[in-house]
Amino acid sequence: MKEKSVDILVIGAGAAGLGAAIGAAREGVNEVVLVERDDRSGGVLNQCIHNGFGLHYFREELTGPEYAERIKRIVQQYPNIDVKVEQYVHQIDYRRKEVVVASTEGITVYKPKALIVATGARERPMGGILVPGTRPSGVFTAGVAQRFVNLENRLPGRRAIIVGSGDIGLIMARRLTLEGVEVVAVVERMPYPGGLERNIRQCLKDFNIPLYLSHTVVGIYGRERLEEVVIAQLDESFKPIPGTEKRFKVDTLILSVGLIPQSTLFKDFLKIDPWTKGIVTSSSGRSSLNWIFAAGNCTVIYDLVDWVTEEGTVAGKFAAMYVKNSWEPAKFFVEKGQNVGILFPSWYEEGTNLNIYLRVKKPMEEGTIRVKQRNNLLYSKKHLNLSPSEMISIKIPESKIGSGDILVEVVE
Amino acid sequence: MKVEEMVCIMCPLGCRLVVKQEDNGEINVSGNRCPRGIEYGKQEMVEPLRILTSSVLVLNGDMPLVSVKTNKPIPRRVIMQVMDILKNTKVEAPVRVGDVIIKDVLNTGADIVATRNVERREKSSTT
Repeated sequence: MKEKSVDILVIGAGAAGLGAAIGAAREGVNEVVLVERDDRSGGVLNQCIHNGFGLHYFREELTGPEYAERIKRIVQQYPNIDVKVEQYVHQIDYRRKEVVVASTEGITVYKPKALIVATGARERPMGGILVPGTRPSGVFTAGVAQRFVNLENRLPGRRAIIVGSGDIGLIMARRLTLEGVEVVAVVERMPYPGGLERNIRQCLKDFNIPLYLSHTVVGIYGRERLEEVVIAQLDESFKPIPGTEKRFKVDTLILSVGLIPQSTLFKDFLKIDPWTKGIVTSSSGRSSLNWIFAAGNCTVIYDLVDWVTEEGTVAGKFAAMYVKNSWEPAKFFVEKGQNVGILFPSWYEEGTNLNIYLRVKKPMEEGTIRVKQRNNLLYSKKHLNLSPSEMISIKIPESKIGSGDILVEVVE
Repeated sequence: MKVEEMVCIMCPLGCRLVVKQEDNGEINVSGNRCPRGIEYGKQEMVEPLRILTSSVLVLNGDMPLVSVKTNKPIPRRVIMQVMDILKNTKVEAPVRVGDVIIKDVLNTGADIVATRNVERREKSSTT
Protein backbone atom coordinates (compact mmCIF):
# COMPACT_ATOMS: atom_id res chain seq x y z
CA MET A 1 0.00 0.00 0.00
CA LYS A 2 1.30 3.41 -1.04
CA GLU A 3 0.44 6.78 0.39
CA LYS A 4 0.44 9.84 -1.82
CA SER A 5 -0.18 13.48 -0.93
CA VAL A 6 -1.52 15.59 -3.80
CA ASP A 7 -2.98 19.07 -4.08
CA ILE A 8 -6.09 17.95 -5.95
CA LEU A 9 -7.52 14.53 -6.69
CA VAL A 10 -10.24 14.29 -9.34
CA ILE A 11 -12.48 11.22 -9.49
CA GLY A 12 -13.54 10.59 -13.08
CA ALA A 13 -11.78 11.68 -16.29
CA GLY A 14 -14.81 12.48 -18.43
CA ALA A 15 -15.94 15.87 -19.67
CA ALA A 16 -16.30 17.26 -16.14
CA GLY A 17 -13.16 15.74 -14.61
CA LEU A 18 -10.91 16.79 -17.51
CA GLY A 19 -12.42 20.28 -17.31
CA ALA A 20 -11.80 20.34 -13.56
CA ALA A 21 -8.16 19.35 -14.03
CA ILE A 22 -7.71 22.17 -16.55
CA GLY A 23 -9.37 24.70 -14.23
CA ALA A 24 -7.18 23.64 -11.31
CA ALA A 25 -3.95 23.52 -13.31
CA ARG A 26 -4.60 26.99 -14.78
CA GLU A 27 -4.99 28.34 -11.27
CA GLY A 28 -1.50 27.05 -10.55
CA VAL A 29 -1.58 24.16 -8.07
CA ASN A 30 1.32 21.75 -7.89
CA GLU A 31 -0.18 18.39 -8.64
CA VAL A 32 -3.55 17.32 -9.98
CA VAL A 33 -4.23 13.58 -10.23
CA LEU A 34 -7.25 12.25 -12.14
CA VAL A 35 -8.35 8.70 -11.46
CA GLU A 36 -10.54 7.03 -14.11
CA ARG A 37 -12.26 3.64 -13.89
CA ASP A 38 -12.34 2.99 -17.68
CA ASP A 39 -9.28 2.03 -19.73
CA ARG A 40 -9.16 5.49 -21.34
CA SER A 41 -10.20 9.00 -20.42
CA GLY A 42 -13.07 10.85 -22.10
CA GLY A 43 -15.98 9.13 -20.37
CA VAL A 44 -19.21 8.66 -22.28
CA LEU A 45 -17.95 11.02 -25.03
CA ASN A 46 -15.97 8.08 -26.44
CA GLN A 47 -19.14 6.25 -27.41
CA CYS A 48 -21.14 9.33 -28.48
CA ILE A 49 -19.91 9.29 -32.07
CA HIS A 50 -22.68 11.63 -33.27
CA ASN A 51 -22.09 15.34 -33.68
CA GLY A 52 -23.50 18.36 -31.86
CA PHE A 53 -20.86 18.78 -29.19
CA GLY A 54 -18.57 21.72 -28.58
CA LEU A 55 -20.58 24.62 -30.02
CA HIS A 56 -20.26 26.59 -26.79
CA TYR A 57 -16.89 25.46 -25.43
CA PHE A 58 -14.92 25.15 -28.68
CA ARG A 59 -17.18 27.31 -30.94
CA GLU A 60 -17.21 24.43 -33.40
CA GLU A 61 -19.46 21.43 -33.97
CA LEU A 62 -17.68 18.24 -33.02
CA THR A 63 -18.46 14.56 -32.48
CA GLY A 64 -18.05 13.13 -28.97
CA PRO A 65 -14.66 11.48 -29.61
CA GLU A 66 -13.37 14.69 -31.27
CA TYR A 67 -14.53 16.73 -28.28
CA ALA A 68 -12.75 14.31 -25.95
CA GLU A 69 -9.55 14.51 -28.02
CA ARG A 70 -9.68 18.33 -27.88
CA ILE A 71 -9.94 18.46 -24.10
CA LYS A 72 -7.28 15.78 -23.72
CA ARG A 73 -4.96 17.88 -25.86
CA ILE A 74 -5.46 20.84 -23.50
CA VAL A 75 -4.88 18.57 -20.48
CA GLN A 76 -1.59 17.39 -22.03
CA GLN A 77 -0.30 20.97 -22.08
CA TYR A 78 -0.14 20.95 -18.29
CA PRO A 79 2.71 18.84 -16.91
CA ASN A 80 1.20 19.03 -13.43
CA ILE A 81 -1.86 16.98 -14.47
CA ASP A 82 -1.52 13.20 -14.19
CA VAL A 83 -4.35 11.15 -15.76
CA LYS A 84 -4.44 7.58 -14.45
CA VAL A 85 -6.78 5.01 -16.06
CA GLU A 86 -8.10 1.66 -14.78
CA GLN A 87 -8.36 3.04 -11.24
CA TYR A 88 -11.15 2.04 -8.91
CA VAL A 89 -12.09 4.25 -5.96
CA HIS A 90 -12.79 1.82 -3.18
CA GLN A 91 -13.41 4.02 -0.17
CA ILE A 92 -13.32 7.60 1.04
CA ASP A 93 -12.53 8.48 4.65
CA TYR A 94 -13.90 12.00 4.81
CA ARG A 95 -12.65 12.64 8.35
CA ARG A 96 -9.02 11.76 7.55
CA LYS A 97 -9.36 13.16 4.02
CA GLU A 98 -8.16 9.92 2.47
CA VAL A 99 -9.22 8.27 -0.78
CA VAL A 100 -8.41 4.59 -1.23
CA VAL A 101 -7.87 3.66 -4.88
CA ALA A 102 -7.31 0.15 -6.27
CA SER A 103 -5.55 -0.45 -9.58
CA THR A 104 -3.19 -2.95 -11.22
CA GLU A 105 -0.39 -1.14 -9.34
CA GLY A 106 -2.02 -2.13 -6.05
CA ILE A 107 -3.71 0.02 -3.44
CA THR A 108 -2.91 3.72 -3.22
CA VAL A 109 -4.13 5.93 -0.40
CA TYR A 110 -4.38 9.46 -1.72
CA LYS A 111 -4.29 12.37 0.72
CA PRO A 112 -5.61 15.29 -1.33
CA LYS A 113 -5.96 18.83 -0.04
CA ALA A 114 -9.10 19.10 -2.17
CA LEU A 115 -11.18 16.43 -3.87
CA ILE A 116 -13.23 16.98 -7.03
CA VAL A 117 -16.00 14.49 -7.72
CA ALA A 118 -16.74 14.08 -11.42
CA THR A 119 -18.32 10.65 -11.47
CA GLY A 120 -21.02 11.40 -14.03
CA ALA A 121 -24.28 9.49 -14.17
CA ARG A 122 -25.70 6.01 -14.54
CA GLU A 123 -28.68 5.02 -16.64
CA ARG A 124 -31.99 4.48 -14.92
CA PRO A 125 -32.54 0.70 -15.08
CA MET A 126 -35.56 -1.43 -16.00
CA GLY A 127 -36.42 -1.93 -12.34
CA GLY A 128 -37.43 1.70 -12.26
CA ILE A 129 -40.43 1.01 -14.45
CA LEU A 130 -42.46 -1.95 -13.27
CA VAL A 131 -43.51 -3.94 -16.32
CA PRO A 132 -45.52 -7.20 -16.24
CA GLY A 133 -44.45 -10.25 -18.26
CA THR A 134 -41.37 -12.44 -18.45
CA ARG A 135 -37.71 -11.44 -18.15
CA PRO A 136 -36.06 -12.58 -21.38
CA SER A 137 -32.69 -11.42 -22.72
CA GLY A 138 -32.72 -8.63 -25.27
CA VAL A 139 -33.45 -5.75 -22.90
CA PHE A 140 -30.69 -3.13 -22.83
CA THR A 141 -30.24 0.41 -21.64
CA ALA A 142 -29.50 2.84 -24.46
CA GLY A 143 -25.97 3.54 -23.26
CA VAL A 144 -25.12 -0.16 -23.20
CA ALA A 145 -26.51 -0.59 -26.71
CA GLN A 146 -24.49 2.48 -27.76
CA ARG A 147 -21.32 0.98 -26.33
CA PHE A 148 -21.99 -2.34 -28.15
CA VAL A 149 -22.53 -0.66 -31.51
CA ASN A 150 -20.01 2.18 -31.39
CA LEU A 151 -17.10 0.71 -29.44
CA GLU A 152 -17.40 -3.08 -29.56
CA ASN A 153 -18.76 -3.63 -33.08
CA ARG A 154 -21.74 -5.69 -31.92
CA LEU A 155 -25.45 -5.27 -32.65
CA PRO A 156 -27.95 -5.77 -29.81
CA GLY A 157 -30.54 -7.44 -32.11
CA ARG A 158 -32.44 -7.21 -35.41
CA ARG A 159 -35.79 -5.58 -34.60
CA ALA A 160 -36.00 -3.08 -31.77
CA ILE A 161 -38.42 -0.93 -29.84
CA ILE A 162 -37.11 2.03 -27.87
CA VAL A 163 -38.68 3.01 -24.57
CA GLY A 164 -38.16 6.62 -23.54
CA SER A 165 -37.53 9.52 -25.87
CA GLY A 166 -34.50 10.98 -24.13
CA ASP A 167 -31.67 12.10 -26.40
CA ILE A 168 -29.69 8.88 -26.04
CA GLY A 169 -32.78 6.89 -27.04
CA LEU A 170 -33.42 9.06 -30.09
CA ILE A 171 -29.79 8.95 -31.14
CA MET A 172 -29.77 5.17 -30.76
CA ALA A 173 -32.94 4.92 -32.90
CA ARG A 174 -30.99 6.54 -35.75
CA ARG A 175 -27.76 4.70 -35.06
CA LEU A 176 -29.45 1.27 -35.05
CA THR A 177 -31.40 2.14 -38.21
CA LEU A 178 -28.18 3.11 -40.00
CA GLU A 179 -26.66 -0.21 -38.95
CA GLY A 180 -29.59 -2.15 -40.41
CA VAL A 181 -31.62 -2.81 -37.26
CA GLU A 182 -35.34 -2.21 -37.78
CA VAL A 183 -36.56 0.27 -35.17
CA VAL A 184 -40.34 -0.17 -35.02
CA ALA A 185 -41.23 2.58 -32.53
CA VAL A 186 -40.12 4.99 -29.83
CA VAL A 187 -42.48 5.01 -26.84
CA GLU A 188 -42.75 7.96 -24.43
CA ARG A 189 -45.01 8.07 -21.36
CA MET A 190 -45.16 11.85 -21.20
CA PRO A 191 -47.29 13.84 -23.67
CA TYR A 192 -44.11 15.53 -24.94
CA PRO A 193 -40.75 14.12 -26.04
CA GLY A 194 -37.88 13.81 -23.56
CA GLY A 195 -35.10 14.75 -25.95
CA LEU A 196 -34.18 17.82 -27.95
CA GLU A 197 -36.40 18.84 -30.87
CA ARG A 198 -33.51 18.58 -33.29
CA ASN A 199 -33.10 14.93 -32.41
CA ILE A 200 -36.81 14.23 -33.02
CA ARG A 201 -36.27 15.70 -36.48
CA GLN A 202 -32.98 14.18 -37.52
CA CYS A 203 -33.20 10.85 -35.68
CA LEU A 204 -36.88 9.90 -35.99
CA LYS A 205 -38.61 11.91 -38.75
CA ASP A 206 -35.68 11.51 -41.16
CA PHE A 207 -36.09 7.73 -40.92
CA ASN A 208 -39.89 7.58 -40.51
CA ILE A 209 -39.66 6.04 -37.05
CA PRO A 210 -43.00 6.48 -35.24
CA LEU A 211 -43.03 8.22 -31.86
CA TYR A 212 -45.86 7.20 -29.52
CA LEU A 213 -46.39 9.95 -26.92
CA SER A 214 -48.47 9.21 -23.79
CA HIS A 215 -47.77 5.50 -24.24
CA THR A 216 -45.99 2.97 -22.07
CA VAL A 217 -44.88 -0.65 -22.12
CA VAL A 218 -47.47 -2.89 -20.47
CA GLY A 219 -45.97 -6.27 -21.30
CA ILE A 220 -42.63 -7.87 -22.12
CA TYR A 221 -42.77 -11.46 -23.38
CA GLY A 222 -40.31 -14.10 -24.53
CA ARG A 223 -38.89 -17.42 -23.38
CA GLU A 224 -35.14 -16.91 -23.55
CA ARG A 225 -34.96 -14.05 -26.00
CA LEU A 226 -37.45 -11.18 -26.16
CA GLU A 227 -40.25 -11.97 -28.62
CA GLU A 228 -43.03 -9.44 -28.05
CA VAL A 229 -43.55 -6.04 -26.43
CA VAL A 230 -47.03 -4.67 -25.74
CA ILE A 231 -47.59 -0.93 -25.38
CA ALA A 232 -50.73 0.99 -24.43
CA GLN A 233 -51.88 4.59 -24.34
CA LEU A 234 -51.95 6.37 -20.98
CA ASP A 235 -54.71 8.54 -19.61
CA GLU A 236 -54.05 11.84 -17.84
CA SER A 237 -53.27 10.08 -14.57
CA PHE A 238 -50.73 7.83 -16.36
CA LYS A 239 -52.94 4.72 -16.22
CA PRO A 240 -53.02 2.47 -19.32
CA ILE A 241 -56.30 2.81 -21.24
CA PRO A 242 -57.76 -0.70 -21.86
CA GLY A 243 -58.25 -1.51 -25.52
CA THR A 244 -55.42 0.72 -26.76
CA GLU A 245 -52.80 -2.05 -26.69
CA LYS A 246 -50.44 -2.44 -29.63
CA ARG A 247 -48.21 -5.51 -30.04
CA PHE A 248 -44.76 -5.43 -31.59
CA LYS A 249 -42.76 -8.52 -32.54
CA VAL A 250 -39.27 -7.43 -31.52
CA ASP A 251 -36.15 -9.15 -30.23
CA THR A 252 -34.71 -6.03 -28.59
CA LEU A 253 -35.95 -3.41 -26.17
CA ILE A 254 -33.78 -0.35 -25.63
CA LEU A 255 -34.45 1.62 -22.49
CA SER A 256 -33.75 5.36 -22.43
CA VAL A 257 -35.61 6.56 -19.36
CA GLY A 258 -33.16 8.99 -17.89
CA LEU A 259 -29.90 9.30 -16.02
CA ILE A 260 -29.21 9.25 -12.31
CA PRO A 261 -26.21 11.12 -10.86
CA GLN A 262 -23.60 8.68 -9.61
CA SER A 263 -23.36 9.80 -5.99
CA THR A 264 -23.72 6.65 -3.86
CA LEU A 265 -20.03 6.63 -2.86
CA PHE A 266 -20.56 10.01 -1.18
CA LYS A 267 -24.04 9.63 0.32
CA ASP A 268 -22.81 9.12 3.88
CA PHE A 269 -21.00 12.44 4.15
CA LEU A 270 -22.15 14.83 1.39
CA LYS A 271 -25.54 16.45 1.03
CA ILE A 272 -27.36 14.64 -1.79
CA ASP A 273 -30.65 15.82 -3.30
CA PRO A 274 -33.05 13.06 -2.20
CA TRP A 275 -35.12 13.45 -5.36
CA THR A 276 -32.52 13.81 -8.15
CA LYS A 277 -29.64 12.02 -6.32
CA GLY A 278 -27.36 14.86 -7.42
CA ILE A 279 -24.56 16.06 -5.15
CA VAL A 280 -25.70 19.42 -3.81
CA THR A 281 -23.20 22.16 -4.69
CA SER A 282 -22.64 25.89 -4.66
CA SER A 283 -21.81 28.23 -7.54
CA SER A 284 -18.13 27.36 -7.07
CA GLY A 285 -18.80 23.64 -7.33
CA ARG A 286 -18.22 23.20 -3.61
CA SER A 287 -20.24 20.45 -1.93
CA SER A 288 -21.54 20.52 1.65
CA LEU A 289 -17.95 19.78 2.82
CA ASN A 290 -15.48 22.61 2.29
CA TRP A 291 -12.67 20.50 0.74
CA ILE A 292 -14.86 18.46 -1.62
CA PHE A 293 -16.07 19.90 -4.93
CA ALA A 294 -18.26 18.26 -7.55
CA ALA A 295 -19.13 18.97 -11.17
CA GLY A 296 -20.97 17.55 -14.15
CA ASN A 297 -23.69 14.92 -14.26
CA CYS A 298 -23.01 13.78 -10.70
CA THR A 299 -24.52 17.11 -9.56
CA VAL A 300 -27.31 17.68 -12.09
CA ILE A 301 -28.09 16.03 -15.44
CA TYR A 302 -27.03 18.44 -18.19
CA ASP A 303 -28.21 18.64 -21.80
CA LEU A 304 -24.90 19.83 -23.20
CA VAL A 305 -21.43 18.47 -22.54
CA ASP A 306 -20.07 21.99 -23.04
CA TRP A 307 -21.74 23.06 -19.81
CA VAL A 308 -20.35 19.99 -18.04
CA THR A 309 -16.80 20.93 -18.99
CA GLU A 310 -17.40 24.57 -18.12
CA GLU A 311 -18.71 23.73 -14.63
CA GLY A 312 -15.82 21.29 -14.23
CA THR A 313 -13.43 24.14 -15.01
CA VAL A 314 -15.20 26.33 -12.44
CA ALA A 315 -14.94 23.63 -9.75
CA GLY A 316 -11.27 23.10 -10.60
CA LYS A 317 -10.49 26.80 -10.31
CA PHE A 318 -12.15 27.25 -6.92
CA ALA A 319 -10.81 23.96 -5.55
CA ALA A 320 -7.35 25.28 -6.44
CA MET A 321 -8.10 28.59 -4.70
CA TYR A 322 -9.14 26.63 -1.63
CA VAL A 323 -5.87 24.65 -1.73
CA LYS A 324 -3.75 27.79 -2.21
CA ASN A 325 -5.35 30.17 0.29
CA SER A 326 -8.20 28.36 2.07
CA TRP A 327 -10.73 30.26 -0.08
CA GLU A 328 -14.10 29.96 1.66
CA PRO A 329 -16.36 33.01 1.29
CA ALA A 330 -19.85 33.65 2.65
CA LYS A 331 -22.58 31.60 1.01
CA PHE A 332 -26.30 32.10 0.42
CA PHE A 333 -29.14 29.83 -0.60
CA VAL A 334 -30.32 29.69 -4.20
CA GLU A 335 -33.96 28.67 -3.89
CA LYS A 336 -36.49 27.18 -6.28
CA GLY A 337 -39.48 29.42 -6.90
CA GLN A 338 -42.65 28.64 -8.84
CA ASN A 339 -42.47 26.36 -11.93
CA VAL A 340 -38.81 25.47 -11.37
CA GLY A 341 -38.31 21.69 -11.47
CA ILE A 342 -34.53 21.27 -11.47
CA LEU A 343 -32.19 24.00 -10.27
CA PHE A 344 -28.41 24.26 -10.10
CA PRO A 345 -26.62 25.46 -7.97
CA SER A 346 -28.10 25.25 -4.47
CA TRP A 347 -25.87 27.91 -2.90
CA TYR A 348 -24.19 31.07 -4.12
CA GLU A 349 -20.68 31.80 -2.87
CA GLU A 350 -19.47 35.40 -2.88
CA GLY A 351 -16.81 36.16 -5.45
CA THR A 352 -18.10 33.71 -8.06
CA ASN A 353 -20.22 34.22 -11.16
CA LEU A 354 -23.66 32.69 -10.83
CA ASN A 355 -24.21 30.16 -13.61
CA ILE A 356 -27.77 28.92 -13.18
CA TYR A 357 -29.04 25.80 -14.93
CA LEU A 358 -32.73 25.05 -14.65
CA ARG A 359 -35.52 22.92 -16.00
CA VAL A 360 -39.12 24.04 -15.83
CA LYS A 361 -41.68 21.77 -14.16
CA LYS A 362 -44.07 21.58 -17.14
CA PRO A 363 -44.15 22.71 -20.78
CA MET A 364 -45.04 26.39 -21.14
CA GLU A 365 -45.63 28.43 -24.28
CA GLU A 366 -43.95 31.36 -22.62
CA GLY A 367 -42.61 32.24 -19.22
CA THR A 368 -40.51 34.95 -17.62
CA ILE A 369 -37.50 33.67 -15.77
CA ARG A 370 -36.65 35.87 -12.81
CA VAL A 371 -33.68 35.77 -10.48
CA LYS A 372 -34.11 37.89 -7.35
CA GLN A 373 -31.83 38.69 -4.43
CA ARG A 374 -33.90 40.38 -1.75
CA ASN A 375 -35.48 43.32 -3.61
CA ASN A 376 -32.83 43.31 -6.28
CA LEU A 377 -33.83 41.83 -9.64
CA LEU A 378 -30.67 40.17 -11.01
CA TYR A 379 -32.25 38.77 -14.16
CA SER A 380 -35.62 38.88 -15.88
CA LYS A 381 -36.26 37.61 -19.38
CA LYS A 382 -39.19 36.17 -21.29
CA HIS A 383 -38.52 32.74 -22.80
CA LEU A 384 -40.65 31.02 -25.44
CA ASN A 385 -41.48 27.30 -25.74
CA LEU A 386 -40.17 26.21 -22.35
CA SER A 387 -40.03 22.45 -21.86
CA PRO A 388 -38.69 20.26 -19.03
CA SER A 389 -36.61 18.41 -21.64
CA GLU A 390 -34.56 21.51 -22.47
CA MET A 391 -32.23 22.88 -19.84
CA ILE A 392 -31.90 26.65 -19.63
CA SER A 393 -28.60 28.28 -18.76
CA ILE A 394 -28.42 31.79 -17.28
CA LYS A 395 -25.18 33.57 -16.47
CA ILE A 396 -25.10 36.37 -13.95
CA PRO A 397 -21.72 38.06 -13.47
CA GLU A 398 -20.32 38.43 -9.97
CA SER A 399 -20.38 42.23 -10.26
CA LYS A 400 -24.21 42.26 -10.28
CA ILE A 401 -24.61 40.12 -7.17
CA GLY A 402 -24.72 41.33 -3.56
CA SER A 403 -25.36 39.39 -0.37
CA GLY A 404 -28.53 37.56 0.60
CA ASP A 405 -30.48 34.51 -0.47
CA ILE A 406 -31.44 34.21 -4.13
CA LEU A 407 -34.77 33.09 -5.59
CA VAL A 408 -35.21 31.66 -9.10
CA GLU A 409 -38.73 31.50 -10.52
CA VAL A 410 -40.58 31.15 -13.80
CA VAL A 411 -43.69 33.28 -14.05
CA GLU A 412 -46.31 32.27 -16.63
CA MET B 1 -47.09 29.01 -51.86
CA LYS B 2 -45.63 26.20 -49.75
CA VAL B 3 -45.26 26.69 -45.98
CA GLU B 4 -43.43 24.31 -43.68
CA GLU B 5 -42.75 24.45 -39.97
CA MET B 6 -39.51 22.86 -38.90
CA VAL B 7 -36.99 22.79 -36.11
CA CYS B 8 -33.54 24.03 -37.01
CA ILE B 9 -30.96 21.31 -36.36
CA MET B 10 -27.84 23.39 -36.93
CA CYS B 11 -27.20 23.46 -33.18
CA PRO B 12 -28.86 22.20 -30.00
CA LEU B 13 -30.82 25.45 -29.49
CA GLY B 14 -33.53 24.08 -31.80
CA CYS B 15 -35.16 27.25 -33.15
CA ARG B 16 -38.66 26.74 -34.55
CA LEU B 17 -38.63 27.95 -38.12
CA VAL B 18 -41.44 28.84 -40.48
CA VAL B 19 -40.23 28.45 -44.07
CA LYS B 20 -42.33 29.93 -46.88
CA GLN B 21 -41.65 29.19 -50.52
CA GLU B 22 -43.40 31.63 -52.89
CA ASP B 23 -44.66 30.46 -56.29
CA ASN B 24 -41.75 32.27 -57.93
CA GLY B 25 -39.37 30.04 -55.92
CA GLU B 26 -38.29 32.69 -53.43
CA ILE B 27 -37.86 31.26 -49.90
CA ASN B 28 -38.36 33.24 -46.68
CA VAL B 29 -37.38 31.97 -43.25
CA SER B 30 -38.59 33.29 -39.89
CA GLY B 31 -38.14 32.16 -36.29
CA ASN B 32 -34.37 31.78 -36.57
CA ARG B 33 -32.03 33.25 -33.97
CA CYS B 34 -28.91 33.25 -36.14
CA PRO B 35 -27.97 33.31 -39.85
CA ARG B 36 -27.41 29.56 -39.90
CA GLY B 37 -31.18 29.16 -39.43
CA ILE B 38 -31.93 30.94 -42.72
CA GLU B 39 -29.41 28.80 -44.53
CA TYR B 40 -30.86 25.65 -42.95
CA GLY B 41 -34.50 26.54 -43.67
CA LYS B 42 -33.80 27.27 -47.35
CA GLN B 43 -31.72 24.16 -47.83
CA GLU B 44 -34.24 21.95 -46.03
CA MET B 45 -36.96 23.08 -48.44
CA VAL B 46 -34.88 22.23 -51.51
CA GLU B 47 -32.63 19.29 -50.55
CA PRO B 48 -32.21 18.25 -46.90
CA LEU B 49 -28.56 17.84 -46.02
CA ARG B 50 -27.13 15.95 -43.05
CA ILE B 51 -23.75 15.27 -41.51
CA LEU B 52 -23.44 11.47 -41.35
CA THR B 53 -21.60 9.97 -38.40
CA SER B 54 -20.81 6.27 -38.22
CA SER B 55 -17.79 4.01 -37.85
CA VAL B 56 -15.59 1.72 -39.93
CA LEU B 57 -13.60 -1.39 -39.09
CA VAL B 58 -9.98 -1.02 -38.04
CA LEU B 59 -7.39 -3.74 -38.57
CA ASN B 60 -4.79 -4.23 -35.81
CA GLY B 61 -6.20 -1.40 -33.72
CA ASP B 62 -6.54 -1.19 -29.94
CA MET B 63 -10.27 -0.78 -30.71
CA PRO B 64 -12.26 -2.67 -33.37
CA LEU B 65 -13.84 0.47 -34.84
CA VAL B 66 -12.87 4.01 -35.68
CA SER B 67 -15.64 6.60 -35.55
CA VAL B 68 -16.02 8.70 -38.71
CA LYS B 69 -18.06 11.58 -40.11
CA THR B 70 -18.63 13.35 -43.38
CA ASN B 71 -16.60 16.56 -43.23
CA LYS B 72 -19.57 18.44 -44.70
CA PRO B 73 -23.29 17.75 -44.94
CA ILE B 74 -24.41 15.30 -47.65
CA PRO B 75 -27.88 14.87 -49.21
CA ARG B 76 -30.09 12.94 -46.82
CA ARG B 77 -31.30 10.71 -49.66
CA VAL B 78 -27.83 9.13 -50.16
CA ILE B 79 -27.20 8.33 -46.48
CA MET B 80 -28.06 4.61 -46.72
CA GLN B 81 -25.89 4.24 -49.85
CA VAL B 82 -22.95 5.81 -48.00
CA MET B 83 -23.62 3.45 -45.07
CA ASP B 84 -23.26 0.48 -47.47
CA ILE B 85 -19.87 1.82 -48.55
CA LEU B 86 -18.76 2.32 -44.92
CA LYS B 87 -19.78 -1.24 -44.03
CA ASN B 88 -17.37 -2.53 -46.67
CA THR B 89 -14.48 -0.27 -45.64
CA LYS B 90 -11.53 -1.34 -43.49
CA VAL B 91 -8.57 0.76 -42.41
CA GLU B 92 -5.24 -0.18 -40.89
CA ALA B 93 -4.28 1.22 -37.47
CA PRO B 94 -2.98 3.67 -36.42
CA VAL B 95 -5.66 6.19 -37.34
CA ARG B 96 -5.63 9.86 -36.29
CA VAL B 97 -8.47 12.33 -35.86
CA GLY B 98 -8.97 14.08 -39.20
CA ASP B 99 -7.43 11.30 -41.37
CA VAL B 100 -9.33 11.05 -44.66
CA ILE B 101 -10.75 7.53 -44.92
CA ILE B 102 -12.68 8.00 -48.21
CA LYS B 103 -12.24 11.02 -50.46
CA ASP B 104 -15.32 12.58 -52.12
CA VAL B 105 -17.67 9.77 -51.09
CA LEU B 106 -20.32 9.04 -53.78
CA ASN B 107 -19.33 12.28 -55.57
CA THR B 108 -20.97 14.33 -52.81
CA GLY B 109 -17.89 16.53 -52.44
CA ALA B 110 -17.62 15.36 -48.81
CA ASP B 111 -14.81 13.24 -47.40
CA ILE B 112 -15.23 10.55 -44.78
CA VAL B 113 -12.80 11.52 -41.98
CA ALA B 114 -11.81 9.80 -38.74
CA THR B 115 -13.08 11.37 -35.52
CA ARG B 116 -10.99 9.34 -33.08
CA ASN B 117 -7.42 8.20 -32.60
CA VAL B 118 -6.98 4.44 -32.76
CA GLU B 119 -3.53 3.12 -31.86
CA ARG B 120 -1.93 -0.07 -33.15
CA ARG B 121 -2.77 -3.02 -30.95
CA GLU B 122 0.76 -3.78 -29.70
CA LYS B 123 1.05 -0.26 -28.28
CA SER B 124 -0.64 0.58 -25.01
CA SER B 125 -3.71 2.76 -25.24
CA THR B 126 -3.49 6.51 -24.87
CA THR B 127 -5.02 8.31 -21.98
